[in-house]
Amino acid sequence: MQNFVLDFEKPIIKLEQQIKEMQDYARSEGISLDDEIDRLQSKARKMQSEIFAKLTREQRVKLARHPQRPFTRDYIERIIEDFVELHGDRAFSDDPAIIAGLGKLGSEKVIIMGHQKGRDTKQKLHRNFGMAHPEGYRKALRVMKLAVKFNRPIILLVDTPGAYPGIGAEERGQAEAIARNLFEMAVMPVPIVIVIIGEGASGGALGIGVGDKILMMENTWFSVISPEGCSSILHKDAGKAGEAAEALKLTAPDLLEQNVIDIVVKEPPGGAHRDHDEAAQILKKEILDVLKKLKKMKPDALVAKRIEKYENMGFYSQHPFREG
Amino acid sequence: MAWFKRNAQGIISQKKKDIPDLWLKCPGCSEIIYKLELERNANVCALCSHHFRIQTEGYVKLLLDAGTSAEFNEEISSVDFLKFRAKKKYSDQIKAAIKKTGKKSALLSTRGKMNSRPVVLCVMDFSFIGGSMGSVVGEKISLAIDVAIKEKSPLILISASGGARMMEGAVSLMQMAKTAAKLALLAKAGLPYVSILTDPTTGGVTASYAMLGDVNIAEPGALIGFAGPRVIKQTIGEDLPDGFQRSEFLLQHGFVDAIFSRTVMKEEISKILDVFCKDEIDASERNGLVDVKNMDAAEISPAVEMDAEKKN
Ligand SMILES: [Zn+2]
Repeated sequence: MQNFVLDFEKPIIKLEQQIKEMQDYARSEGISLDDEIDRLQSKARKMQSEIFAKLTREQRVKLARHPQRPFTRDYIERIIEDFVELHGDRAFSDDPAIIAGLGKLGSEKVIIMGHQKGRDTKQKLHRNFGMAHPEGYRKALRVMKLAVKFNRPIILLVDTPGAYPGIGAEERGQAEAIARNLFEMAVMPVPIVIVIIGEGASGGALGIGVGDKILMMENTWFSVISPEGCSSILHKDAGKAGEAAEALKLTAPDLLEQNVIDIVVKEPPGGAHRDHDEAAQILKKEILDVLKKLKKMKPDALVAKRIEKYENMGFYSQHPFREG
Repeated sequence: MAWFKRNAQGIISQKKKDIPDLWLKCPGCSEIIYKLELERNANVCALCSHHFRIQTEGYVKLLLDAGTSAEFNEEISSVDFLKFRAKKKYSDQIKAAIKKTGKKSALLSTRGKMNSRPVVLCVMDFSFIGGSMGSVVGEKISLAIDVAIKEKSPLILISASGGARMMEGAVSLMQMAKTAAKLALLAKAGLPYVSILTDPTTGGVTASYAMLGDVNIAEPGALIGFAGPRVIKQTIGEDLPDGFQRSEFLLQHGFVDAIFSRTVMKEEISKILDVFCKDEIDASERNGLVDVKNMDAAEISPAVEMDAEKKN
């Protein structure tokens, strides 16, 4: 895996390299530098927690897009046993930008799907950068209906810079495909757990993002538009994305406050890209905890509560507008 | 437009650059048309059927029987809960929109009668911050659906929107899920939903309630799509084909059921509702029904069986 380091990660990575060099040196020389190494390691940990404690919204967006961040397939490989991928929308084609399938999460038999990004250029193109076409959303709906038919919970991993804006996508009804999913997912009588694992951009994210509980990994973003898109509308310039990210308040803690999401999922120190295994195990535990609670609900109550959850989203006044 | 009429009213020829207020140039056929006549024709050009944008009241007048409209939830208004600060403050934009339009939000909800049938009608207003959908639009649609379910009325929703309201961040995105979820309840109640898509309907509005009608109707020539044409052009780096994302394109690709001129919209929707809405069987008709209990099962057609269930 090619190493990619964000600006604000640099001092941590540099220190870690020093530690590694020192360890190698000690080993090759047969001497002990343990005290010095311990000192540097605790310094690195401290530095990391300090940097991550005051991440800006723009920095979180960068972490959400980190090329080494675990993608849907990375999580599936680590948390789902006996995974079988299911392809195709049975109408037009298979969309590689969304992976769908079934398997076992611990003792739970589940349907799982998510947007899939690519890591190298070839994979990125194959996955269309995680930007699905209508057939991706229709495949997702088809597989979700299997979950309903066989009474299994649905797990949805969201990681997309948006639904693809192209001629074919419009011809085949991108808007209809997303709308249909929202409509159907609202009343599916099985538990639906959503996790934002990277980027949650607009309708493309929501198209597989309606359910009972919405989890958000610590270093991800979820909004109605990307910071760049927002910036280019406001300033006719995509360059003020940092400002736009601040205005949109799109991080996990922001959205918890806005009553949009339910749980912020911790990431390993330094972010999920630093330790895929640990990130996956933390997530597995969170999903299982949530499923355990949701499974206690009767299907009718589950659907009623889900609709109520969405009914309650929004901030407005019953009175004429006042500045306040 | 008859030429003599224009001269008779002392209006000079269309060669002249300034067009007096009573007249305007049709973007469809470039003819100069008389405004009052245009208004009498539902703001549709009589020559080329270009549909001029109209406001919410225009649609209420067009679709509901005169004097039957009763607006509700008109006081619900926006809150700048994110304290959205960019080039402009969101709170200033709301203030300016209220001042400009004289309205409190981008959606009007009303109950009234359409050819004597009670209906719930929601109309979006493109002139209010681009008809953008935020918490207020979402809540007003949600409440209108509650009214439709409670009163067993069909819902008619006229969309005109640039999409979700950016200044409300993820909360505006969630209005897509909120409205779709409530429409699922309306569907469960067996009530019809007619979605009318007008120029323009794009983004999160198209990708939620506008595409979810039992019947989707478009006005002619309306821009309807998910992504905006500018974004698509930028992404693919090519010019877009003629007629791309217009009503006729959506009809051709199977995403709207029909395109109706505004001038016949009320009558066409009435025909649809006539078939979809449950019949009110009055006492005299009821007496005329066969008593199914005394018939052989084989003689009972499914239709009669349904009526029998209703009776019991
Ligand atoms: Zn014309």
